Amino acid sequence: MNRSTIDLWVGVFVVAGIAGLLFLALKVGNLASFSTNETYQVQARFANIGGLKVRAPIKSAGVVVGRVADIRFDNEIYEAIVLMNLDYSYQFPRDTTAKILTSGILGEQYIGLEAGGDGVMLKQGDRLRLTQSAVVLENLISQFLFNKAAESKEPAK
Amino acid sequence: MQQSPIVEIENVSFGYEAARPVLREVTLAIPRGAVVGIMGQSGCGKTTLLRIIMAAYQPSAGSARVLGEATSRLDREGLYRMRRKMGMLFQFGALFTDMSVYDNVAFPLHEHTTLPEELMHDLVMLKLQAVGLRGAAHLMPAELSGGMARRVALARSIALDPQLILYDEPFTGLDPISFGVIVRLIRELNDSLGATSIIVTHDVQEALGVVDYVYFMAAGRVIAQGTPEDIRASGEPFVRQFVNGMREGPVPFHYPAPEYGADLELTGS
Amino acid sequence: MQFAQWREHARGRLERLGSGVTSQVWRIGFASRFLAYLVMHSGTALRRFRLTIAEIYFAGVLSLIIILVSGLFVGMVLALQGYETLQRFGASESLGVLVALSLVRELGPVVAGLLFASRAGSAITAEIGLMKATEQISAMEMMAVDPIARVVAPRFWGGVLSMPLLAALFSAMGIFGGYLVGVQLIGVDAGAFWSQMQAAVDLRNDIMNGVIKSVVFGVAVTWISVFEGYDAVPTAEGVSRATTRTVVTSSLAILALDFVLTALMFTGGKQ
Repeated sequence: MNRSTIDLWVGVFVVAGIAGLLFLALKVGNLASFSTNETYQVQARFANIGGLKVRAPIKSAGVVVGRVADIRFDNEIYEAIVLMNLDYSYQFPRDTTAKILTSGILGEQYIGLEAGGDGVMLKQGDRLRLTQSAVVLENLISQFLFNKAAESKEPAK
Repeated sequence: MQQSPIVEIENVSFGYEAARPVLREVTLAIPRGAVVGIMGQSGCGKTTLLRIIMAAYQPSAGSARVLGEATSRLDREGLYRMRRKMGMLFQFGALFTDMSVYDNVAFPLHEHTTLPEELMHDLVMLKLQAVGLRGAAHLMPAELSGGMARRVALARSIALDPQLILYDEPFTGLDPISFGVIVRLIRELNDSLGATSIIVTHDVQEALGVVDYVYFMAAGRVIAQGTPEDIRASGEPFVRQFVNGMREGPVPFHYPAPEYGADLELTGS
Repeated sequence: MQFAQWREHARGRLERLGSGVTSQVWRIGFASRFLAYLVMHSGTALRRFRLTIAEIYFAGVLSLIIILVSGLFVGMVLALQGYETLQRFGASESLGVLVALSLVRELGPVVAGLLFASRAGSAITAEIGLMKATEQISAMEMMAVDPIARVVAPRFWGGVLSMPLLAALFSAMGIFGGYLVGVQLIGVDAGAFWSQMQAAVDLRNDIMNGVIKSVVFGVAVTWISVFEGYDAVPTAEGVSRATTRTVVTSSLAILALDFVLTALMFTGGKQ
């Protein structure tokens, strides 16, 4: 086995290895969408973020337009502050609503943006004023039971 | 021109473990240009002495000076500098098995010089010619006989024209022809290179025929020294037993054992 | 008398246990210094890159066949087993996700690492151990060539560079195997297979973490291999025991590191 043959095989091996990595990155992973796009960051406050996680998708009309960058707790107003990175190529009006939604019935939670009608667009560092917190199952159940109890009292009137 | 000895060992003691000394206050000097033999039984400390000269180990007492420098005061750089002027032939050659004969001999040249390829080629061929193996340059070590491997190792050890050549049991396991070849090569190379050679061996008769001076060791001490004639004429009991290969003498035939009768259970029961 | 004897016996056992533990700890320290020295004297391995390339050949290229074939089979089995279970929940279209995530996050680095340790790691240990036993290492030292820089460092870097590539190829082959069984053999929809996979496998979280794992495993396995070879007792028996130790220690190290890395990367972290 002389030197040039060894060099050849090592070259083939390295190329194959890199090709394998590229295959994984492109065909298997989601490199195609989102990794090095320019983003701008906005924030929103929620009374309850439910099961929202960092890196959860931010969708508008069902299309991914950004990712959750960070989740913090504000100790003065006692609300959650969510920092969101939105793709630069998507502009949203200042009065856009941010809602925490669930994909499917028991799936992962994500933020859904519904565009408002304001002429001025959001820029880096802005805060979305209109938010809707996540649905908490316990609250839903207790509300349902409360409604049921109220209904059964009605006929007495 | 009387120069200082190339190797000076003074009162050197050493042991691999503190409790068991292998060398006890050994003193000897190797004059430049000579072929010197260090002989003795297996386990007498001669290989360890060689390793002290090679500076693979430091003496726990006494001083070892090689090529004018005290080995204990050398750092890694100094050590490698010193070793570039030395050549060593290991017991079974220690050729690099993944390289050809040519690459083995060229190894020291590749590592320590920046000579152009053609010049290196000529030098390698020169060394191989000196040991008679120029035609085997393309072979791999696995394809060589023991004697040939030993000769290639010899060519490799003189690749940089060393001033001091060390031989660790160079005659072990050789057939008579290879034996004679190596013996003559040691002498010829020593003289043509103007070097000094130290041979550690227990092949007495052949070694006595080629060396200028002999040191005899037993149990970690030098017990006799002299020219080959001195040794042959010596009356020292151990030397006589060793040189003549006698069964009985200072070195007993029987390993210490309890009473023979007791071992065979012949005592009255 | 019985008790005194037993006590002596027990004490002897405890002493041996204690000295065994201390000698292991000492050995780890020695191995760490060895690694530090090796890395600091890697100049030769990098300047004369030819040497390292030869080692990438022996460690990487010659492991290709076992890695590719094993990857293929692992992927195929994943698809078979996974389909069984997923189908019961009507989630058979997520088969691609199952195969890809299992391979990229865990099986790729871990199994490739174990195979690498058995094939290349043991070969490196045997080679260095034999060089030591036949005095080639001493001969090199005598010729004023640092054997760690000339023999050990190229093998170390060869292994470290080969491992991530082998892990990536293992995962790629596995996914291909999963595709073969899932789509071609069983009949899961090809579009769903790939699109769900792409949606679920994140470049940074999954693939990058898998690559980091394979690099860490590569360093660990190659370090253990070269150290055991260099530290082997220079006899036939010593070399054979060193090779066994390499495979056993490397495998345990991979599994332990896998746990630590997985805990750091895939759980905990931010909400």
